[in-house]
Amino acid sequence: MENNVIIALKNISVTFGDNNVLKDLNLNIRDKEFITLLGPSGCGKTTTLRIIAGFVNPDEGEVIFDGKKINDIPPHKRQLNTIFQRYALFPHLNVYENIAFGLRIRKQSEKQIKETVEEMLELVNLKGFNKRNITSLSGGQQQRVAIARALAVKPRVLLLDEPLGALDLKLRKDMQVELKNIQQRLGITFIYVTHDQEEALSMSDTVVVMDSGVIQQIGTPIDIYNEPRNAFVADFIGESNIIDGVMIDDCLVDFSGHRFVCLDKGFDKNEAVDVVVRPEDVDVTEPEKGMLRGTVTSVTFKGVHFEIIVDIGGFKWMIQTTDYHPEGANIGLYIEPDAIHIMKKSEYSGMFGDYSSFSEEFDELSEIDEEEEE
Amino acid sequence: MKTLSKIYVALVFIFLYAPIAVLIVFSFNDSTSTVVMSGFSLRWYKILLADGTTLKAVYNTLILAVCSSVISTVLGTAASIGIEKYKKSIFRSSVMAATNVPMMNPEIVTGVSMMLLFVFIGRALRIESVLGFATILIAHITFSLPYVILTVLPKLRQTDKNLAEAAQDLGCKPVSAFFKVVLPAIMPGIVTGMIMAFTLSLDDFIITYFTSGPGFQTLPIVIFSMTKKRVKPDMYALSALIFLSILILLILYNIAQVKSEEKIKKKRG
Amino acid sequence: MRRSGTGAKLISVPYVVWAALFIIAPLFFVVYYSFTNAAGQFTLDNIHLLTKYIPTFLRSIWFGIVATLICLLIAFPTAYIISQKSDKIQRTMILLVMLPMWMSFLIRTYSWMAILQDTGLINSFLVKIGIDPVHMINTGGAVILGMVYNFLPYMIMPIYSVMAKLDFSMVEAAQDLGSNRINVIRRCIIPMSIPGVISGITMVFVPSVSTFYISQKLGGGSFDLIGDVIERQFQQSYNYNLGASLSLVLMILILLSMAVMNHFSDEGEMVI
Repeated sequence: MENNVIIALKNISVTFGDNNVLKDLNLNIRDKEFITLLGPSGCGKTTTLRIIAGFVNPDEGEVIFDGKKINDIPPHKRQLNTIFQRYALFPHLNVYENIAFGLRIRKQSEKQIKETVEEMLELVNLKGFNKRNITSLSGGQQQRVAIARALAVKPRVLLLDEPLGALDLKLRKDMQVELKNIQQRLGITFIYVTHDQEEALSMSDTVVVMDSGVIQQIGTPIDIYNEPRNAFVADFIGESNIIDGVMIDDCLVDFSGHRFVCLDKGFDKNEAVDVVVRPEDVDVTEPEKGMLRGTVTSVTFKGVHFEIIVDIGGFKWMIQTTDYHPEGANIGLYIEPDAIHIMKKSEYSGMFGDYSSFSEEFDELSEIDEEEEE
Repeated sequence: MKTLSKIYVALVFIFLYAPIAVLIVFSFNDSTSTVVMSGFSLRWYKILLADGTTLKAVYNTLILAVCSSVISTVLGTAASIGIEKYKKSIFRSSVMAATNVPMMNPEIVTGVSMMLLFVFIGRALRIESVLGFATILIAHITFSLPYVILTVLPKLRQTDKNLAEAAQDLGCKPVSAFFKVVLPAIMPGIVTGMIMAFTLSLDDFIITYFTSGPGFQTLPIVIFSMTKKRVKPDMYALSALIFLSILILLILYNIAQVKSEEKIKKKRG
Repeated sequence: MRRSGTGAKLISVPYVVWAALFIIAPLFFVVYYSFTNAAGQFTLDNIHLLTKYIPTFLRSIWFGIVATLICLLIAFPTAYIISQKSDKIQRTMILLVMLPMWMSFLIRTYSWMAILQDTGLINSFLVKIGIDPVHMINTGGAVILGMVYNFLPYMIMPIYSVMAKLDFSMVEAAQDLGSNRINVIRRCIIPMSIPGVISGITMVFVPSVSTFYISQKLGGGSFDLIGDVIERQFQQSYNYNLGASLSLVLMILILLSMAVMNHFSDEGEMVI
């Protein structure tokens, strides 16, 4: 595994003013993988990307590319290219000239340039758009031109800074598939920055979850979802009920006044832990048959399922169920051992996973684009 | 209501154009009167074209406008790029405050203050007549600079700040990234600023009046000294010619603009 | 953190030097000359002499206010009517409003002399239709007319550009809510165009107060404005020190009135 590392960040720290944007960050990126830096705005993911691209010099630490330290190599000499958040297409050049830009800098022959541009236009499904003006293109088309322009110079690594943020939902889904296809077809490394956990899970080989300048967890999408390392990751990736619990013994945990069988081992006896239960993993039963009992306090119809908030001893759970339960109904909850995930206590304990003040608007608000602090 | 508003606008335009109409009509007068038309003639145009001072002044005015607009555009564009990099800082706000001074101050105060500076320097260096082309040029550049900066700066702010980075990312050195990508993107603002600087310079009388000497006279200065006495219709002829050339320029500009808009529409459609 | 961009910052240095030399330094010279005599010694004589010019200052301010108000009265409906036309007509009309500004204001002002004279165009016309001639030239009214004429476009332009950008669906909403035409204008269009009115007022008031040519030509020398006095100190009596102190007062006056205007514009926004 270590052998095919293409980019390594070692002990990277960055400060803007008195703001510690990155704190002693270490990250290995393997060749040809699709890796996503995921986190809320201000977590340092864009700064990490800009360090790799060379637009930000870290205060401390080394940036290694292909075994060589590249801290002092300026952006224009690095073998990687960036897709910018707002594309940064050159408005005074047409589609053809935008894609040809990097090739002209490299002084390629007109014939070579034409070949590459045509090839790239085909790759991004924009054949025949050569002479079009940039300003006359839709957002999705501009996105494709940006991809073609970056790929035309045959980089070994492509950096993508929230490239789909400006597109509407439908187009975003299409582009996700398309980007993944392009990555697999060309076999190059993609380093992708996003705050959208769904995007990260569906596209990546590896997800790096970041918060306040620190990497919280690195793993495959499945690992990250099923085995979140702390409350932050559990909450950021999908919906989670996070409850204070006590580990009685291996595979036995106490929370919400009930002892549950689980699959987790290796904790101290009677260690305080965070317990994660995903809303979709809870089965609703008759009150008397449930391991826990509670009252429904709100119901939202979501299409595929209902999302209900259930008050269990003062703690509000979110549960997804296909059956309708009216507000005020008493219900029982049944939780399988494999639906319970135990995490060690962390600085994030107690901050997430309670749905007592749940409102969807909060989620929307936190999705404001990350503006880099300078 | 409709007809009332039409009459209203018509009256406003009559008010704006009455003096211009008067001087155009009387530029063709056979006599020196500016009240009674005594017959059609082109004699004032002939006299005008034979008059060396006026033509020299036209030439001076154009030279001055070209020099001051080019210099102020270069200085102002460079300044805008630097200022834009500063974001929020005391330096930036004080530079912008200084930039606003020539726009807020009455022209006569700007003219007088520069004259005092030049006179003081002239005395200190024992230069006989310090006021001349150089001082007018400095004055024109100074009052044009704010307009250039205030047209270029918003354009810079509008352009994607990643443009230069994108060019570097594709292999451009930082300096060539600026010339290849950023400069073309802000070009419309630069051109607008330059046109403003040019026309301001052409038209300026008050500041020129205080910073010019007998050695270098611009057209407004010549007109001023002529209107001190009784104006002969050759000045009217000159104004008629100026009016005509501005009108033609504006019409051409308008046609060009309409055409380019149609072109964009066609491309999109 | 090391970052690129220091090079780019440096290219503003020439302008900063230029601004210090030719924008800031001249202002210091105005102050310096105000408080010195011809020999360069400190004195307050110029400041004492200013009292003599208080009537002139007051007249300038009064004329400036009247001219600005008349401009506003003429310009507001004009700008509104223009903003209601189709794009093409709007563009042509705005060009027509700006066109006179591109011609020497000296010659246009002079042309008014020919129109307003006792034996001028208007009076010859009046005589022809049997009305007694009216004395117009060399009156305060003629001076104000000259100001209104010269600076009217500066009032129309900013008001028009605000109105042209107004979202007229808002007007429709007001009509929908039961406003009649007058109410729409009073409650929607006027408050929303206040920023344009404010900048129009400053753009007309400042040159009106400080003008020096118009009053000489159309006022016949009996309506001296502060600009005329300043001009005379520099171009005829060569009393730079008195001229500087007059300019200093004029400058402070303008800055004060601008501060007042800004204060009003802030409150104006709150009224909406």
